[in-house]
Amino acid sequence: MFLLRLLLKNAFRHRLRTLLTMIGLVVAICAFGLLRTIVDAWYNGVEGTSSTRLVTRNAISLTFPLPLAYADRIRGVEGVSAVSWSNWFGGVYITERNFFPQFAVEPASYLALYPEYVLKDEEKKAFLIDQQGAVAGRKLAEQHGWKVGDQIALRGTIYPGTWTFTLRGIWDGADAKTDESQFLFHWKLLSETTRKRLNTNADYVGVFVVRIDEPDSAPLVSQRIDALFKNSRAETLTETEKAFQLGFVALSEAILVAVQAVSVVIIVIIMAVMANTMTMTARERLAEYATLKALGFTPGFVVKLLFGESLVIALIGGGIGLVVTLPIAAAFAKAVGTLFPVFIVSPLTMGLQLLASIVVGLVAAAWPAWTMSRVSIVNGLRHVG
Amino acid sequence: MNAAPSPPLIAIRELSKAYQRGEQRIPVLEGVNLEVQAGEFVALMGPSGSGKSTLLNLIAGIDKPTSGRIEIGGTDIATLSEGELADWRAANIGFVFQFYNLLPVLTAFENVELPLLLTRLSRGERRRHVQAALDRVRLADRAEHYPNELSGGQQQRVAIARAIVSDPTLIVADEPTGDLDRVTGAEVLDLLEQLNRELGKTIVMVTHDPKAAARARRLIHLEKGELVPDEAPAGA
Repeated sequence: MFLLRLLLKNAFRHRLRTLLTMIGLVVAICAFGLLRTIVDAWYNGVEGTSSTRLVTRNAISLTFPLPLAYADRIRGVEGVSAVSWSNWFGGVYITERNFFPQFAVEPASYLALYPEYVLKDEEKKAFLIDQQGAVAGRKLAEQHGWKVGDQIALRGTIYPGTWTFTLRGIWDGADAKTDESQFLFHWKLLSETTRKRLNTNADYVGVFVVRIDEPDSAPLVSQRIDALFKNSRAETLTETEKAFQLGFVALSEAILVAVQAVSVVIIVIIMAVMANTMTMTARERLAEYATLKALGFTPGFVVKLLFGESLVIALIGGGIGLVVTLPIAAAFAKAVGTLFPVFIVSPLTMGLQLLASIVVGLVAAAWPAWTMSRVSIVNGLRHVG
Repeated sequence: MNAAPSPPLIAIRELSKAYQRGEQRIPVLEGVNLEVQAGEFVALMGPSGSGKSTLLNLIAGIDKPTSGRIEIGGTDIATLSEGELADWRAANIGFVFQFYNLLPVLTAFENVELPLLLTRLSRGERRRHVQAALDRVRLADRAEHYPNELSGGQQQRVAIARAIVSDPTLIVADEPTGDLDRVTGAEVLDLLEQLNRELGKTIVMVTHDPKAAARARRLIHLEKGELVPDEAPAGA
């Protein structure tokens, strides 16, 4: 009790110094949390994947399509329970700045494969029967102020012309990690319109999404699917949905490593600042520690005082940093819109922020505590005069 | 028939202390022999560098001798480990420093309570002891004041209260009036005299000041690390 009282009083002895150190900690821990959340957001597509979904694409590249006719053959593969497909549309809504993912999908099978997109029954029915209809995630709809029944026009970049859809439903994610920034419409509309406009065979799809019965059978089912189309004009590459998403993340891996490195560097910098504060503090109190030791307090008591004081400052600063991360992250998420479909400070990140604060507190006090515990009483007392 | 003489409280035998600076050995105390009886008030005097503060530090158990024995109350403290010495100091020594050495973040009451935190006394018992010690130094009304709210003399009286609160065997005072004006210094010396006379406290005091030394009942001179024969202080 006395120890706690003393270290609390000591922590706020030099108010300005303690305040400045705490501000540094707030900024560092907050920045650490935000940078980690950016990395998490990047990986969110991976986190939101299902272990029972496979993605089959053209083995050469994702930009090469696959014949729709493959769907029936994939459906017949042992271990496959459902198949759907989608095409990346890549349209522009008003301006290029309003980027969001748009997919032409086979609606009934696609929504069955993605139960995490929670649509009201009447909206789902309306979407399924209206070939001109579309559905959007809640986040996307709120960002653009869309309501059910609105007409949404996209300017095609891959598929030329203006494409106008009627919004038939707005889905909510089943959990916080579900991407609510996508826009889905009928693949049949894409196919038929393309055939009419370009007079070409449009029965091609970007990827097949395959549901399997057992997650453990993913490698085997993938092999079976790819074996079906071996030596064909369009060989396939089948992988788990997670591996497919990781392929996208890998494209920006260098940036992510840099972001993670910066987040660690920030912690190292604040550690040095805090260590400097604690070293100055300890040197100023050399005579006090010597007095305590002369009175019979052990060097261990002095060590506890320094570690305790350092932890108090680090935990208060870090705690405030953690708390302010949440509204800042929310504001950031709002500002960037659908660039990061899910931008949430995870419990793991909050735990790491807390852990970083504790580590900063402990490391900062280590050297001064070691020095002060070893300095002789006589030398310490001499410091007074 | 004469009663057997009581053993001295402090018995120092062939005590030497030297510091090593690189390859050079710097002797500070050489073959010091000294006995102090319980209840004595001893002043240690000598020029700068004579080793008087070193001798006081060794007696107080905050420094270790190079050789020799220091028996305090029958315990050879030169043989104690650091941990044992800390416990021994807590139980046996009261410190009065030149610059008071109070903890600025603690009130006068809390500063005086410090040595008692190392005992098994209950909170209530500690409170009674602290109040008694503050009464003794006539600072009961300043118990809740912080050191920076007290004058130098008052701070030194708080330090004296801290030195006596755990009822130690021995009080060591290193230049207790060195940072005080003449009048305040005299008040502090009055207090030390009272503690010696009324409570029978054994006091070993280092001082430069002949007037302060004159308050002691015994004067010991140190020169170049060696004791010169005892003399009675001028005022005794």
